[in-house]
Amino acid sequence: MSLLVVESAGLLTTVQDFGREGFGVLGVSASGAADAVALRIGNLLLENAAGTPALEMTLTGGTFLFPDGAVICLAGANFGAQVDGKALELWRPHAMLPGKRVVLGATRDFARCYLCVAGGIGVAEFLGSASTHLLSGLGGWEGRGLRKGDALPVGKLEKNIRRRKLRAGVLEELMPRKTLRVTRGPQFDWFAGEAQRTLISGGFVVSEESNRMGLRLEGPRLASRGNAEMISEGAPLGAIQVTPSGQAITLFVEQQTTGGYPKIANVIGADLHCVGQLRPRDTIRFEEVSLEAARALWIEQQRLLGSAERLFA
Amino acid sequence: MRFQAASDQALLVYLGEEIGAAAHECVVRLLRLLQQEPITWIRNIQPAYCSLLITFDAVAVDHAEVQAKITEYEKRAEKMPAGKARLVEVPVCYGGEFGPDLDDVAAKRGLQAEKVVELHIAQTYHAYFLGFAPGFAYLGDLAEEIAMPRLESPRKEVAAGSVGIAGRQTAVYPFTTPGGWRLIGRTPLEMFRKDREPMGMIAIGDQVKFRPITRAEFLAMRRA
Repeated sequence: MSLLVVESAGLLTTVQDFGREGFGVLGVSASGAADAVALRIGNLLLENAAGTPALEMTLTGGTFLFPDGAVICLAGANFGAQVDGKALELWRPHAMLPGKRVVLGATRDFARCYLCVAGGIGVAEFLGSASTHLLSGLGGWEGRGLRKGDALPVGKLEKNIRRRKLRAGVLEELMPRKTLRVTRGPQFDWFAGEAQRTLISGGFVVSEESNRMGLRLEGPRLASRGNAEMISEGAPLGAIQVTPSGQAITLFVEQQTTGGYPKIANVIGADLHCVGQLRPRDTIRFEEVSLEAARALWIEQQRLLGSAERLFA
Repeated sequence: MRFQAASDQALLVYLGEEIGAAAHECVVRLLRLLQQEPITWIRNIQPAYCSLLITFDAVAVDHAEVQAKITEYEKRAEKMPAGKARLVEVPVCYGGEFGPDLDDVAAKRGLQAEKVVELHIAQTYHAYFLGFAPGFAYLGDLAEEIAMPRLESPRKEVAAGSVGIAGRQTAVYPFTTPGGWRLIGRTPLEMFRKDREPMGMIAIGDQVKFRPITRAEFLAMRRA
């Protein structure tokens, strides 16, 4: 067994895979990678299964030593990764010889960078997933963010790695957007026409108080029509709920599974990975699309991500 | 029954329009049938007071197809046996450091603290659904005399086992998490353990009773 040793952890680094969907009855949200597209491509470049557990770093990365060597691939945001003082290219497999360390810094573009390892990261599964659920301290590596000194089992260094490369244009097509496409939420009609228009015309700033549970959005207040009391109900991933004070909150991967605030809109499936790449202080906009259009975009994205011919040169 | 698209991959199924046993029984029956005869394209089911949120594989089906299938299930769900409710007893040490809001709730509702406890233990609660965090069961209905809104600003940290009240609901926090419910006591029980089957102490549809214990009993049970 090879190891990955955490020499410094960065701001928040957790083990994530595609999450544990399907346990809403137990009150358990899916969790999983905030940018599932980056995780998938990073893994596929290493010829791992798409949902193999990887490290998810947030805004600032750490330093990771490979005493036994490993083959790794970085995917997602550019955290200025270096090995021996030389830049390590994103979206490419790299052989880390025994004793080498990868040093990551502050982000230069988006919020999250994934460190994928050929053969994966070995942590015990909870409800069928290796993903960390921070709120309850379950899953992942001891249910928490990584700390200095942690040593995680990882896949072995293989001598003959295939140098899989992404096709030109793939990254552009999947580039995280700052204009998120939404469909109408189940309580869209509860909001005054003014609020419905403001959601689309106004700009919103991602608050510092945002995390894997949800993103608070600062911007124009979204007033509802009356003071109707809502009965708590299940809330989908990407729901944009509005508090009584008119603040919008987007529920994210470690979301509460139910909620009592009216939901004005919902980020479409094809744009959820973009939410995971938003940084505090980013300005975003919303664009309304129909359910049919959203579904067509999702199907097209799934086809692209499922096709080795279309992804790799 | 009423349907409402919740997202491009989720459909809300409403089986009633007010909180109560009638709507919730329909929720549980439909849930049981969906668990008994699982549908491959359903990715998640989130029950609540009067509704089920169905998240589906949008490559395989669209909202209309989900709606048609659920309509068919719902017709058959009516014939599902209701099933016997389990009774779960939760020991609670009320007040003091374990229930920092007990005196405040009593004062605001013009009651003695003992009366608040008495009203809290008098009721047999119904577990409507689990949400917020793994194993967090929404229990109702709390006596109107002690109903209070959530705290203006939630606590950053609520200890695991804390018993809170909010509106006509009560619940036990399974993990140390942030929380906005008013805390009146704490249980020594572990409400959710990943190495136990079932993991959660309380499941949807269960009946729940609270039993008062002393601080000494609390500590003894904790050690056990």
